[in-house]
Amino acid sequence: MYKDLKSYLLPQYLIERDDYRCIRCEVCARQCAFEVHWYDEEEDAVFADESKCVGCLRCATLCPTNALVVRPNPTQPPPNANWTMEVLQNIYKQAETGGVLLTGMGCDKDYPIYWDRIVLDASQVTNPSIDPLREPMELRTYLGAKPDALKVSRKGGRPDLQTKLTPQLKLETPIMFSAISYGAISYNACESLARAAAEVGTYYNTGEGGLHRNLYKYGANTICQVASGRFGVHADYLEVAAALEIKIGQGAKPGIGGHLPGEKVSAEISRTRMIPKGTDALSPAPHHDIYSIEDLAQLIYALKEATHWEKPVSVKIAAVHNSAAIASGMVRAGADIIALDGIRGGTGAAPTMIRDNVGIPIELALAAVDDRLRQEGIRNRASIVVAGGIRSSADVIKAIALGADAVYIGTAALVALGCHVCQKCYTGKCNWGIATQDPYLSKRLNPDVGARRLVNLLTAWSHEIMEMLGGMGINAIESLRGNRLRLRGVGLTQEELDILGIKHAGS
Amino acid sequence: MLRGVNFRDDKDFSGCSIFGMMNVRGEKFNGEPVITAIANMKERSNGLGGGYAVYGIYPQYSELYCFHMMYDDQKAREETEEFLKGVFEMEGAEVIPTRSCEGVDDPPLLWRYFLQPRESVACEEEDIDDFVVRAVMHINVGIEGAFVFSSGKNMGVFKGVGFPEDIGRFYRLEEYEGYIWVAHGRFPTNTQGWWGGAHPFNILDWSVVHNGEISSYGINRRYLEMFGYICTLHTDTEVIAYAVDLLVRRHGLSIEDMARVLAAPLWTEIDRMPARERELHTALRQTYGSLLLNGPFSVIISNRSQMIGLTDRIRLRPLVAGRNGDFMYISSEEAPMHLVDDTLRDTWIPQGGVPIVAEMEETVEVPEAEEAKVLPLRHGDTA
Amino acid sequence: MRIEVDHHAGLPGVFMRVGDKVKINARQLHYRELNNMIKNAALEGTEEIVVDNVYGQRYIGSGIRRPVRIILHGIPGNDLGAFMDGPHIVVDRNAQDGVGNTMNNGTIVVHGRAGDIVAMGMRGGKIFIRDSVGYRAAIHMKEYRKFRPVLVIGGETQDFLGEYMAGGLVIVLGLGGRGKRRFTARHIGTGMHGGLIFMRGEVEEHQLGKEAAVAPADEEDKEIIRPFVEEYAAYFDKDAERILEGDFLKLYAKSHRPFGGLYAY
Repeated sequence: MYKDLKSYLLPQYLIERDDYRCIRCEVCARQCAFEVHWYDEEEDAVFADESKCVGCLRCATLCPTNALVVRPNPTQPPPNANWTMEVLQNIYKQAETGGVLLTGMGCDKDYPIYWDRIVLDASQVTNPSIDPLREPMELRTYLGAKPDALKVSRKGGRPDLQTKLTPQLKLETPIMFSAISYGAISYNACESLARAAAEVGTYYNTGEGGLHRNLYKYGANTICQVASGRFGVHADYLEVAAALEIKIGQGAKPGIGGHLPGEKVSAEISRTRMIPKGTDALSPAPHHDIYSIEDLAQLIYALKEATHWEKPVSVKIAAVHNSAAIASGMVRAGADIIALDGIRGGTGAAPTMIRDNVGIPIELALAAVDDRLRQEGIRNRASIVVAGGIRSSADVIKAIALGADAVYIGTAALVALGCHVCQKCYTGKCNWGIATQDPYLSKRLNPDVGARRLVNLLTAWSHEIMEMLGGMGINAIESLRGNRLRLRGVGLTQEELDILGIKHAGS
Repeated sequence: MLRGVNFRDDKDFSGCSIFGMMNVRGEKFNGEPVITAIANMKERSNGLGGGYAVYGIYPQYSELYCFHMMYDDQKAREETEEFLKGVFEMEGAEVIPTRSCEGVDDPPLLWRYFLQPRESVACEEEDIDDFVVRAVMHINVGIEGAFVFSSGKNMGVFKGVGFPEDIGRFYRLEEYEGYIWVAHGRFPTNTQGWWGGAHPFNILDWSVVHNGEISSYGINRRYLEMFGYICTLHTDTEVIAYAVDLLVRRHGLSIEDMARVLAAPLWTEIDRMPARERELHTALRQTYGSLLLNGPFSVIISNRSQMIGLTDRIRLRPLVAGRNGDFMYISSEEAPMHLVDDTLRDTWIPQGGVPIVAEMEETVEVPEAEEAKVLPLRHGDTA
Repeated sequence: MRIEVDHHAGLPGVFMRVGDKVKINARQLHYRELNNMIKNAALEGTEEIVVDNVYGQRYIGSGIRRPVRIILHGIPGNDLGAFMDGPHIVVDRNAQDGVGNTMNNGTIVVHGRAGDIVAMGMRGGKIFIRDSVGYRAAIHMKEYRKFRPVLVIGGETQDFLGEYMAGGLVIVLGLGGRGKRRFTARHIGTGMHGGLIFMRGEVEEHQLGKEAAVAPADEEDKEIIRPFVEEYAAYFDKDAERILEGDFLKLYAKSHRPFGGLYAY
């Protein structure tokens, strides 16, 4: 590697500072872990090295006088539909380093966002819309396998339930926090998620980085993940969880593993992941005990046995072309919950080309999986949770109408904590104190505040979901689940409509 | 045209009047009072559908399945009869007697058959009723221009396009005697008045008349499809008939538990129940959440020994019940019950989601205590 | 005495004038025929109209703006007294759904039970139901300036009593049971943001909507309801003092703006 190679990269962002407004308080300089801003005492002026700016907007947000404007660099190469600035910059980066392009968060390419091509129904005249503020409106959702039929005997008029249901997760709103590992995000971010889940009555997911001891008290609202690296997976971890999730893949990087660099493996992370401090934490691409569907069954039942059949087991896969058939196999292998993560699903670090080019949109995968499980008559046997680009309550409700039992939100939750989706999570320098292990940065995220922001978000989304349900004349979320008649497509091809199982608006 | 104008609506729905009358000793009566009662609620229908389900009308064939058929043409009839003869012994086949009647136009060909599954079929099939359901589905889905609108034993459905009182005269219902009569007057929200879409809906002995719109229809239908029920009519009422058949006949749930699936108690109520009850109701909602009928409805569901009234859990549609001696009444409105029975004094309004169960009195299954629970508001209880 | 036979319905004996009273036999009559007869009689200044054999005819009393007495024998149909502005209606048996819908003025007295949505959106006048009522009684009842609607229910009520209630007075007497009435209705006063509900008997916290507050009624409160309880007692031959001796609960709105904090920025 020639370290002295001249870089041809242009700054991605330009920073404009209104010198009249600037009061030289140096907040920007202190806040930027990328060391963009500095104060020059001699000139009594603040300067910026724009080449380092990632566009996280921490400086602009905290500047007390709104003296800063951060905007994409308008300088562009000669017009060319193929050879855009982004393409050129990627090639320069690789020519200068010989490295794989790395990025964070979810795919940012403009594949169709089907949520935005689907509209919802509402009641007019023939049935009353329901007023969610006064009338009962139920969002409670249970995740887990359901029997095809219940056997209830009557002894002297008293009902006696003969069929015992397998363990279920009880959600007061059909939204959970996606798997994000301690390591990818800070302890304070993990604590914010855990506390918010507990307060709202839903679940967060540890991701594959184990569970910090201090967070065991939120176990009743924790889904503990078992991934290929098996970090921090031990008896206590399995015991404390409300449910377990086998991670096969994630939407941001289907088919590949992960890598937490040794420099991020601090003492706390070392303890939590149960690996020596400073060593690389490698997540293999596959589980090396799962090379086929029957092996998945073996691991599912191993986890059930280890936890005395007291917890539902989820299996998470990235949404890929034949998700429907895979999901069918997963259900038959004993999964209680199928978690599907679409191409827009987030990550702390993924090769850019994989993130942006592998997998399929979650809407299509969800529709296909729900259809297939129904065609095979096994939809009852597992719940479906979808993830990957859920941005609003409208996306949630559309996902449920397409057939999901609940959704996972990852990026949206981090945005609630302050994330501005600069996609530089892998640098560990998150100025918002989220995707970092630097104590100076992570203390910026106060878990009291973080938990409050997340609770507010779920409260607001839940209200909006209730309003939309009420508008459709429905007062329990299960009556919308899979009720695709309440959806219509706008501007979709017949092929897309057929896959989504919806009609076009106006018909 | 049997299947009507082919609008592309998700489902056909309608506002309506419903009325049921049962003699709990099984003594039979003719259709006059029922026609009078349903005609009294004329404001609730618009002449685009009326119908009746009557139990006890074919005592001479009481052990045979009676299919009532609508046909577009003779070809459909021939094709259907060929299919029926393949799997059933046909003990009787006749045109359903009608009279021409003002307000009832363009009826399809109406036939009825008394059928016994062939012994070869009976040996192979685990459950004869399941086989009959599949035969009904086969005709309704597979034979163009043919539609089974009644498939029970010793009972029959009579329905069509018109005001219910006209439909009653058209089918000469004053000539039939039954111990349960259920009637329906329809107010569809589109002009697609077609014969098959009128109520009651029937499968085997189950008949359903319905007032309201099922907002959860889409998922109810998809759930039932997993169990082999094909909703051919795109009518929300159809799913109720199939849901009841699935829950009660196939899964063996009691009427009360079935009602608790279709009109589930709120979670806040379930949370306050004693442990055993809570477990049951939680399991019912967890397992059968896709069969919760959401949206406004009142229905009368009947079979050979029961007449069941039920409304949605927050009672967005009306239902009133009454009892006078051996007669039980269930109605959309109070007045028609009194109109046909002037000595009726005991009437009440059921709670949303709690079924009114009228049963043949010699086969009491629901214990006294539970029946008392469903009658919270008796006339004069404060006097 | 002058007796004249009218031929409004083309049927002799349907409409009779007896002095300054009118008698109508409503059997066979469609509601439009019946209501036209009632309206015409009221317009002509008739003081009392007696209707026999009422079976389900709708909208009786609607569109009349005079204080005429209308005595109904039978079961009037839905929307009895809807938008009514003055008449005094007495029903000798049960009433159906929608009694006093959006009523502005007048009185309805039912010697029996009423169905759902009694007094929905009612803005003025009084309704007295001897027995019980169905769902959503007094839903969105409201008051405005001199208009203050009153609904008195002798027995029980079903769910959603006083939903969205914005004004007016509802009194539920809980008569008929043995001992103290334990009300069973749920979601009482949900969305309530005005008006008062008095209930004679017990109501548990979980039966109330979250916008309704509850307190025992004091002597001052009882003076508020006294005239209406006395009027109820007079109509139905009850003992007002004995009724008033019972323990009443007072339900009122926690806030006139219960949903103020619902929206972002």
